[in-house]
Amino acid sequence: MSDGFDPLEPRLEVGTWISDAFDWFTDTFQPVLDVVDTVLEGAYDAVFDVLSAPPFLVMIALFAGIGWLVRSWRFAVVTVLGFYLIAAMDRWDGAMQTLSLVLVAAFIATAIAVPLGIWSARSQTVSNVLRPVLDFMQTMPAMVYLIPTLFAFGIGVVPGMISTVVFAMPPGVRFTELAIRQVDTEVVEAGQAFGSSPARILRQIQLPLALPTIMAGINQVIMLSLSMVVLAAMVGAAGLGLDVVSGLQSLSVARGVEAGLAVVVLAIYLDRVVSALADRAPVVRASRVRA
Amino acid sequence: MAWAHARGAASSPLASLVAWLTGRLDPWAPKPARWTRCVAWQTNEGEGVTAVRAEGLFKVFGRGADDAVQRLRGGASRADVVAQGATPAVIDASFEVQPGEIFVVMGLSGSGKSTLIRMLNGLLEPTAGHVYVDGVDISGVDAAELRRVRQQKISMVFQHFALLPHRTVAENAAYALDVQGKSKDEQRARAAEALDLVGLRGWEDRYPAQLSGGMQQRVGLARALAAGSDIMLMDEAFSALDPLIRREMQDQLLELQAGLGKTVVFITHDLNEAMRLGDRIAVMRDGRIVQVGTAEEVLRDPANDYVAQFVADVDRTRVLTASSVMVPAQLEVNASAGPRVALHGMRDKQLSAAFVVSRDRRLRGVVRDDDVVAAVNRGDSTLEPIVDAEVASVHPDTVLAELFAPSAESVLPLAVVDDDDRLLGVIPRVTLLTAMASVAEALPEVEVTR
Repeated sequence: MSDGFDPLEPRLEVGTWISDAFDWFTDTFQPVLDVVDTVLEGAYDAVFDVLSAPPFLVMIALFAGIGWLVRSWRFAVVTVLGFYLIAAMDRWDGAMQTLSLVLVAAFIATAIAVPLGIWSARSQTVSNVLRPVLDFMQTMPAMVYLIPTLFAFGIGVVPGMISTVVFAMPPGVRFTELAIRQVDTEVVEAGQAFGSSPARILRQIQLPLALPTIMAGINQVIMLSLSMVVLAAMVGAAGLGLDVVSGLQSLSVARGVEAGLAVVVLAIYLDRVVSALADRAPVVRASRVRA
Repeated sequence: MAWAHARGAASSPLASLVAWLTGRLDPWAPKPARWTRCVAWQTNEGEGVTAVRAEGLFKVFGRGADDAVQRLRGGASRADVVAQGATPAVIDASFEVQPGEIFVVMGLSGSGKSTLIRMLNGLLEPTAGHVYVDGVDISGVDAAELRRVRQQKISMVFQHFALLPHRTVAENAAYALDVQGKSKDEQRARAAEALDLVGLRGWEDRYPAQLSGGMQQRVGLARALAAGSDIMLMDEAFSALDPLIRREMQDQLLELQAGLGKTVVFITHDLNEAMRLGDRIAVMRDGRIVQVGTAEEVLRDPANDYVAQFVADVDRTRVLTASSVMVPAQLEVNASAGPRVALHGMRDKQLSAAFVVSRDRRLRGVVRDDDVVAAVNRGDSTLEPIVDAEVASVHPDTVLAELFAPSAESVLPLAVVDDDDRLLGVIPRVTLLTAMASVAEALPEVEVTR
């Protein structure tokens, strides 16, 4: 122990150590971080350009069309009303910025979470190692992530996005692991018994049978992303979160409520679309057909 | 014609029961006339190679597995080893299965039979010992070679069918061929052929969820047949099915096996099923194979008290249950149908009474001819007032010995109903008497152990 340590009045500078380690990390890997910064910023800009280019009425029609396609005309009507309300509250640009952030962050989180989940379903060691890490990621107060990422990437969209990915990823991993493990062992054995390779069993048996549960995990990822991107406004991410934060700072109820409502509309829309997609998984559809 | 005989015997449970109880155990003996019927799946019968050979197989779960094997080999009892934290599932199992044979492994749950069958195709790796498939030792081969053996030599049918729910019946049947990398055309053709063999022609485009349990298992069977391998492992394949369906499936398996000459290793906990299917039966207890022999050998010379107790029970018809002798009811009338429907059916079948069931097949009672005629004359529109709920019914698991009293008191056949009161089948008195008569005359006296 260090010489100044008094066992009766303990004080470990954990925060300082981690902060120092982090400084070292950012200094050493600055080039890598720059690349990450550029890529994420570019992805966000690209998605936002696509979402914000058409007039809002065209986008509303598009969202409603998707809703109709995956769900029902009733859902399409609700979609139109919800998004029209966003536009009418003059929150359209903010909503599209938030949506872009969510889409990019949730995509990255899913792209990391699903393979990790598959890996930990196949290896008990990986599962044992990952579990406390995931606990950590999920229970650490979300805003804490913003501080180091802010130092690493500077004010803007990227620190919020990275924080969002870290915060939103755990359920994706957990649901995927659970889903793969829950696949009926006899069906997996059938694959083995007829001479399938592990990769083929994963592709043709485990993933299709696990898909509905994995989709539920992805839904969780999206919902957590949405709650986090609002916080991301504190480090300079654009979008509805900015309105919420400035509403808080200027004590403007009107501004905060309007932005909050817009977030709710986005959340409901994304949730319903993703769960409808889960219901369209081949396994679910095949179990529904009746003679 | 031998085949026609087999069919007849198989389609009448009574005849088959009498056949095996009287010692003519093998009405489905290999029927050479049919062997040429299906050229696609000929076996290597006659090459003189054992299809499956197990040599000193051990499977021990838990800590210190290898050590446990040593101690078991040295004569330690299972209990000794269990006390030290290891769990032996299979202990020193050795047997040979000849090409074209149905080899049944019979044991109660926990006897290690499922573990044993999973070592035969490498799903589980033996802790010690060797498995030879078609003369090739599969215990030491690498993963790729093992997959090749499974693709070409050995297929499997599962207790709960293990079909892919998101694939159609045809795609499921073709699964093994897909894995083997066969062309789509060949997959389709051979899957159709296999589905045809199990009687599922026309169901190709359905999904498993649309099929009954019995039909799903036919798909499982077709999948194994289409694979084109000579050896089929069947793990409690019919145990999850209703008694009548189970017997139908047993008949079908015997018929298929007679036609195709497959080598079958069949796992079951049901002694009746073992006796019915097995050319030879291996009886397992607590991980050890305690006897291997034909049904007749096991019946006549039980190797030890454990086996004796089993077959003694069989001899005394205390293990044979109502479900094994019941036959489908001649006539069931739906409770919601009117008296005219009942009358028509009874005249048609020349019956003086009929069983009345509700829409969900629950037994409501019986109606008698005179009541029905009276009801028709009165112009009644429903059977309800004349249904006699006082009907003698028994559980499918009731042993034959306990059927005598109710049967003697009832003019009508005994109704066999499950826990939910659903009518599964009936036992006319004559069926019971014939079964009992042949038991008494055909079997030696064995001390009753209960």
